[in-house]
Amino acid sequence: MNALTFPTPASSEAAEALRAEVRAFLAETIADRPPHKRAETWFGFDAGFSEKLAAKGWVAMTWPKRYGGHERSALERYVVLEELLAAGAPVAAHWIADRQSGPTLMKFGTERQKADILPRIAAGKCFFCIGMSEPDAGSDLAAVRMLARKVEGGYVVNGTKLWTSFGHHAHYMILFCRTDPASQRQEGTSQFLVDLATPGISIKPIVDISGSHHFNEVHFTDVFLSDDAIIGAPGNGWQQVTSELALERSGPERFLSSFELLVRLVAWLQSRPESQAESQAEPQAEALVGRLVAHLAVLRRLSRSVATLLENGENPGLQAAIVKDLGATLEQEMPEVIRHVLALEPMVESPDPAAAVLAQLILSAPGFSLRGGTREILRGIIARGLGLR
Amino acid sequence: MSFEASLLFETADRLLAKECTAERLLEAQAGGWLAGPWAALEQAGLTQAMSLGEELPASTAVQLARIAGSHALPLPLAETMLAGWLLARAGLDAPEGAISLAMGDDLSFEDGKASGTLRRVPWGRHVAHVVTVVERYGVAHLLCLPTAGAGLTEGANLAFEPRDDLAVDSAPVAAAAFADGVAGFRAAAAAIRALAMAGAMASTLDLTVRYANERSQFGRPIGKFQAIQHNMAILAGQAAAALGAGDIAAEALGAREIGVLPIAIAKVRAGEAAGIVAGLAHQIHGAIGFSQEYRLHFLTKRLWSWREEFGAEAEWSRLIGRQAVAAGPEGLWPLVASI
Repeated sequence: MNALTFPTPASSEAAEALRAEVRAFLAETIADRPPHKRAETWFGFDAGFSEKLAAKGWVAMTWPKRYGGHERSALERYVVLEELLAAGAPVAAHWIADRQSGPTLMKFGTERQKADILPRIAAGKCFFCIGMSEPDAGSDLAAVRMLARKVEGGYVVNGTKLWTSFGHHAHYMILFCRTDPASQRQEGTSQFLVDLATPGISIKPIVDISGSHHFNEVHFTDVFLSDDAIIGAPGNGWQQVTSELALERSGPERFLSSFELLVRLVAWLQSRPESQAESQAEPQAEALVGRLVAHLAVLRRLSRSVATLLENGENPGLQAAIVKDLGATLEQEMPEVIRHVLALEPMVESPDPAAAVLAQLILSAPGFSLRGGTREILRGIIARGLGLR
Repeated sequence: MSFEASLLFETADRLLAKECTAERLLEAQAGGWLAGPWAALEQAGLTQAMSLGEELPASTAVQLARIAGSHALPLPLAETMLAGWLLARAGLDAPEGAISLAMGDDLSFEDGKASGTLRRVPWGRHVAHVVTVVERYGVAHLLCLPTAGAGLTEGANLAFEPRDDLAVDSAPVAAAAFADGVAGFRAAAAAIRALAMAGAMASTLDLTVRYANERSQFGRPIGKFQAIQHNMAILAGQAAAALGAGDIAAEALGAREIGVLPIAIAKVRAGEAAGIVAGLAHQIHGAIGFSQEYRLHFLTKRLWSWREEFGAEAEWSRLIGRQAVAAGPEGLWPLVASI
């Protein structure tokens, strides 16, 4: 056999009981959320919702109690995440902190950083953004040029971070930059915990093709960061940042982005009058629903399997890249194939929810195979994992 | 997986690797019955692996279908072990020897006797019995039909595996009510094809990775070219999806009631992957993969055949689709999450 080991996903009764609880909460809390907003999935921002979710104990679920966490299992966390995403709940506010920044601090941060920040994340009141990409460092993250120059008692930072999602709402950034001016590529890089209220930081919007403002450019001009802002060991940035990326690649957010459109297709099929339901298009539309459900169910299994590997302390880099590549491909294919059946003009402001969801997804779909590692980068990782190169 | 199970799978894998040589596969392709290898499978207990009770749950044992598929085994191992398990499920004794499975759509059953035609019976000319299902007065019956005396019309799938029609007239059969119904029977048969496809795709991936690392053009192994690497990555993703689908099918088979919906999902997903995997494997192999002397075609021809057997994607995806539409917009996610 080959390297494609996907073990049976873990399951538990506790997780299923929790699932019912989450569904009941969502049915009440986001009952009025319109379908095209649900289709924003993890790009839907609502600070109030994040706080309510935290009050239920569904943020920072797996963290130790002394940091405000709830010491639930990774499986239970997975259940909450997939229920939130499938329902199209607005999770963006706490999403990055809960998934990525918090775990990085937990793993590499100082006790003081952890005690200060983690309980606030867990309360759903402290939001993070990621400071990785730069104008000349996109897929090639090792090309970062931004420099934190060592001075007495700290560092002075100059440069620009780009494509910073929700930087305009975030309280903190985890900054990845160079600390050794003479260093090349992966060497001499470090991570910092940056309070975005620090003088010298300015945040400017980058409007995306849909007209939405998620992205930002974040400029640092002579920003002073004290020594205790550093996360982990100086010079260890690359090792830390790559372990952070592994957390990014195989969750339910990697295949559920277009789920709301399938919900709309099913609603459309169900609501048609009998006379139309027997038309020629019917078997094709049903078969399409079936095919997409099959894809989703299998991806969900693979994704839960990777979560199980992560939970067991393994490093499923290859499997995670496969899940993300398959997932993004499906998310992008869904609006393209569903539009053939719906035959609706995509309209952002349409009163027809299917048309509005279709519009939302067509405009966001290009990003699905860019964010968190482009398709090309992932396929390179997969090829290497297979033993090519 | 238990120690017993992993031991059994290792034994099976080694045995099949030894028995499924290119010469043997060609011999089977020409219509021959591999009596020696079949005896070896029986002796190793593999043909009854699904009937070991608690020692080895059916949901685990059925993974042998995947291992058989990974070696392109030209023998009805999966059919025989599944048939034995289905018979036991209906309270019937399994006969000795090779048993096949077929749908009983063109068969009638009256007073303990069956008449009509079993179509496209896998290995029909070589097996002593066929297990099938017919519905009578709204009750599904599992039948175990001896092939002796049946009128034989030989046929084959694209991989030259026998797919024969067997005609019977008032043939005495063993029969019992079958709680999983016609749909459950068809799903069980589809499950072993989904698993076999997953196995064949895993082997196709291995074979193709090896070839891409060995074959040099323009002064370096072709696996160093990014275009090949990206096709390999797509191939691997589809193989992974097929393996996941196979696991879903295996678990659904071992459930208290045979899970028709999850098996439908598995057959649809594995079937779609099969075409992509076979196509990319041939593309990466170039001309050699297109020749009889190289092993790839034993796998790809099976993939192209098995995706249609016991229900193509067109059929199973409609079944899933109808259930999803019945579940409605509110019930869609719970349906997906129930798999």
